[in-house]
Amino acid sequence: MDSARAHDLRTVLSGDDIARASRRIAHEIVEKAKGASDLVILGIPTRGVYLAQRIAAAISEIEGVEVPVGALDITLYRDDLRLQPPRALEPTSIPSGGIDGKTVVLVDDVLYSGRTIRAALDALNDVGRPAAVRLAVLVDRGHRELPIRPDYVGKNIPTSSSEQVFVRLSELDGTDSVEIADGVGA
Amino acid sequence: MRHLLSAGELDRDAALLILDTAAEMSALSDRSVKKLPTLRGRTVVNLFFEDSTRTRISFELAAKRLSADVINFAAKGSSVSKGESLKDTALTLEAMGADAVVIRHWDSGAPYRLAHANWIGGSVINAGDGTHEHPTQALLDAYTMRKHLRDGQGALEGVRVGIVGDVLHSRVARSNVLLLQTLGAEVTLVAPPTLLPIGIEQWPCEVSYHIDEVLPKVDAIMMLRVQSERMKDAYFPTAREYSRLYGLGGDRMRLLPEHAIVMHPGPMNRGMEISAEVADSAQAVMVEQVANGVSVRMAVLYLLLGGAKELSQ
Repeated sequence: MDSARAHDLRTVLSGDDIARASRRIAHEIVEKAKGASDLVILGIPTRGVYLAQRIAAAISEIEGVEVPVGALDITLYRDDLRLQPPRALEPTSIPSGGIDGKTVVLVDDVLYSGRTIRAALDALNDVGRPAAVRLAVLVDRGHRELPIRPDYVGKNIPTSSSEQVFVRLSELDGTDSVEIADGVGA
Repeated sequence: MRHLLSAGELDRDAALLILDTAAEMSALSDRSVKKLPTLRGRTVVNLFFEDSTRTRISFELAAKRLSADVINFAAKGSSVSKGESLKDTALTLEAMGADAVVIRHWDSGAPYRLAHANWIGGSVINAGDGTHEHPTQALLDAYTMRKHLRDGQGALEGVRVGIVGDVLHSRVARSNVLLLQTLGAEVTLVAPPTLLPIGIEQWPCEVSYHIDEVLPKVDAIMMLRVQSERMKDAYFPTAREYSRLYGLGGDRMRLLPEHAIVMHPGPMNRGMEISAEVADSAQAVMVEQVANGVSVRMAVLYLLLGGAKELSQ
């Protein structure tokens, strides 16, 4: 991220855009699930967890009920573990009610190859048996390598695979934004 | 990190990475499916020259929970009892494609030899060598202390730990002293002078001959097993005298602060270094130490084997 120089960056979503997108996703989730009962929102670390918390808070506001929210670390299920040094694990927290029979909404910041989601589905399988699994992402940048499709998208952003997408969230980065950097020649 | 040979070679960051990883691994034991796919297709050999059912099954369970294939190689009744050298055993394991060798050996330094002699390409994990070190035991002890002390916040800086018993022959004591010092805890060893090694004054810890003076000041007390095989060597006059002077009974336990925990690496000799009353008390965490051992060993196996192989020299 540090290697990207300021003039290479182009903002595609502002803080307000992100707030509107996550509220809209919350509405869509409630609409499709016909309410907020039996919903479990699970974020994929790192930034997916904060997005999951925001979406869960928005659903609580809309429906007036608490929505269980947690985190699902997928490191131990990755298919590229052997390609790089061992990674540190991020916390996994499954809400106390579990996921059996629930509708689980996975939340991630950027959907790209789809391999992270493949790993998340494997991880979920070991945690329990949800009634259904949905996928919400802030940014879908295309270039899927697996047959995986999101149910809720903040914004579709066509990119070239040489570009990089940076998501910043205030909980971690002090500000909310999505930016794209040209990777060519960098 | 390619091998785990000594608790002393772990710096603070490496030790904390293992302990934090173990905390994530421990969540697995609450799940219905206690299995992760992480080490699928990797082979872990438990090479045990000395009997140790507990440590072996702990490593075996840890490797199996990460989906590694496990081969148990016990020296008894194997080619070793027919006179095979460590080198030839190692070459055999290498030919079979072992990715990691967990070794328990009666000779101090055997894991080091195995790791540095270029006999095998995989990782070597020391599961106890002679009177030298037992790093995963020290890690699981530190993990247990992190969970119980300081409200579970995980910091061991300034925590006071007493280690009582046969320090002379104890690889557990040595590994604990080295790791706890790295993590900022203060260790006091308690033993009769005959059971302290020469050069103890250079260890980064305090030494006391009187357990009653140490007990009121510690946050955790670790009782070491009296190794009955050493009894005949006259390190102390009688078992009863040792038990009276250094054993932890109910009356002595009441000298401990209320929040303090009682630890023991196992197997315990009830009535010898620890009384049944203490072993079954609420302050005793021995059963939990066993569970934590599996999490810590999973963390070590993941961090050594989970990523890309480092290029060997």
